[in-house]
Amino acid sequence: MSQTVKFPSVGQDQRTTGNTSARYKAGVLKYKEMGYWVPGYVPKDTDVIAVFRITPQEGVDPEEAAAAVAGESSTATWTVVWTDRLTACENYRAKAYEVQPVPGIEGQYFAWIAYELDLFEEGSIANLTASIIGNVFSFKPLKAARLEDMRFPVAYVKTYKGPPTGIVVERERLDKYGRPLLGATIKPKLGLSGKNYGRVVYEGLLGGLDFTKDDENINSQPFMHWRDRFSFCMEAVQKAQCASGEVKGHYLNITAGTMEEMYRRGEFARQLGSCIVMVDLIVGWTAIQSISEWSRQNDMILHLHRAGHGTYTRQKNHGVSFRVIAKWLRLAGVDHMHAGTAVGKLEGDPLTVQGFYNICRDSYTKQDLPRGLFFDQDWAGLRKVMPVASGGIHAGQMHQLIDLFGDDVVLQFGGGTIGHPMGIQAGATANRVALEAMVLARNEGRDIANEGPEILAAAAKTCKPLEAALATWKDVTFNYASTDTSDFVPTVSVA
Amino acid sequence: MRITQGTFSFLPDLSDDQIARQIDHALAQGWAVSLEYTDDPHPRNTYWEMWGMPMFDLKDAAGVLVELRECRKAHADCYIKLNAFDSTRGFETMRLSFMVHRPRQEARYRLRREEGAGRLIHYTLERA
Repeated sequence: MSQTVKFPSVGQDQRTTGNTSARYKAGVLKYKEMGYWVPGYVPKDTDVIAVFRITPQEGVDPEEAAAAVAGESSTATWTVVWTDRLTACENYRAKAYEVQPVPGIEGQYFAWIAYELDLFEEGSIANLTASIIGNVFSFKPLKAARLEDMRFPVAYVKTYKGPPTGIVVERERLDKYGRPLLGATIKPKLGLSGKNYGRVVYEGLLGGLDFTKDDENINSQPFMHWRDRFSFCMEAVQKAQCASGEVKGHYLNITAGTMEEMYRRGEFARQLGSCIVMVDLIVGWTAIQSISEWSRQNDMILHLHRAGHGTYTRQKNHGVSFRVIAKWLRLAGVDHMHAGTAVGKLEGDPLTVQGFYNICRDSYTKQDLPRGLFFDQDWAGLRKVMPVASGGIHAGQMHQLIDLFGDDVVLQFGGGTIGHPMGIQAGATANRVALEAMVLARNEGRDIANEGPEILAAAAKTCKPLEAALATWKDVTFNYASTDTSDFVPTVSVA
Repeated sequence: MRITQGTFSFLPDLSDDQIARQIDHALAQGWAVSLEYTDDPHPRNTYWEMWGMPMFDLKDAAGVLVELRECRKAHADCYIKLNAFDSTRGFETMRLSFMVHRPRQEARYRLRREEGAGRLIHYTLERA
């Protein structure tokens, strides 16, 4: 029972704003009357398009609200200014061109707004976001607003370098193909000394993980200064590589208080032979773009932890959808991003999360309303981002994870590795065996979504650690209703 | 220790029947299968020796298995891996790569640590 939305398409270009002298008389005009509402406008291939979900205050006309969003995110201020007439102002005005009620939700509307390409500086997410989400979310005539999705023209996409490594080259550097990569976040996330922390890294990697990971808030605290962590972790990584003959890595979190310090930490990671570093989303767009460029110059895979995103992505009525954040991150240039698990402990319904994965991995993303994707998006050769599924997942869910996400994903089992009753190495081995057994079975044509538990049980017969993992976590699910769900299909949940 | 490169190294060694099913899967995706062998599976040894060209036009797993048996006979003391290459735009890389033969004695590596200033260590992996 999916509902289709009538998408704005045909119509004539209406740029006129009526009688010019009346338009520029000093005073206050409705945004609609200032040229920010152009019903039937057909966006140009070179326009940036945004779709907002808006909740106008009681009595505010939704079209006027949409025009206000267009105005406040482009050239407008609250009153008429004659200085508009010194510019080709009709060109620079964003144009709200379609408003439709959100299916099934009273008082909310989707508003489509087109922006002229010249409104944006090339290669700057900071500039883009200062326009698109700069003012409008505090605007009084709106109770709430959410940026749902954006479409970037190829000409704009090409002003970004994108991921420094990308999925294809990452796999070629790691020499790992045909299966999801496997990781774990070191726990407890705070308090371990460098030496003890490195022990967990070593055991996990030796047991079969491809990667281990610093958590978002591990930086350089009194219990473990960053240089100690880096040295001990790289000793662990190198030893595990030697023992297994496999390339391995630890995401060294180089997030710091200044850019200078981030570069310093990145440089030390490089000197020690690390293949990967990480930063948190909260460092900000400019810092992400800078460290992306540094990663490109230093052959470093760049992992991004989306710390803080839940403050503005989770609630459907207000904020910025993670699908938009994912698009910005792919442009800004990260190689890994946390994009949800659907089955784990953190927010995310399966279809919505698959939508985020498509944004990370597609060469050309197709419009897909059930997955929350409002637009076709041509990525113009920009490299692909490896999505990361992390948070409250365990070996017993392997069939669901591979069925939902396929091969190009990092599956991170933190507690699900380190909390194993037989130890960390055993926990890592359990996950690796479960993963390989499931991929093997899928490739043989088995229906893993339904036969998954049998496949795991069969693999556990020759792998004690997997048997113990399945016994320990068999009943663990996080089956709560999601808040960030599609408006175009009934909400589904796994499990 | 076991060299755990490849898609399925943590599972018991695959039988020829299991290998054939993986080849069938690869061919069904339109991927080209190839074989490579080496006596030095160092993790940075990217270019193993090619056992002939990738079998671009092959339609049948049996043909690959014939080649695999020949390769095993000629290089019994080497590692042999089977690769499946996808030429689709946006990939143009391997989509599956797994071990199909190991030597009786697994290769072993040793970590050489060259101590520098401060606590900086340069690591090198060399054959033990």
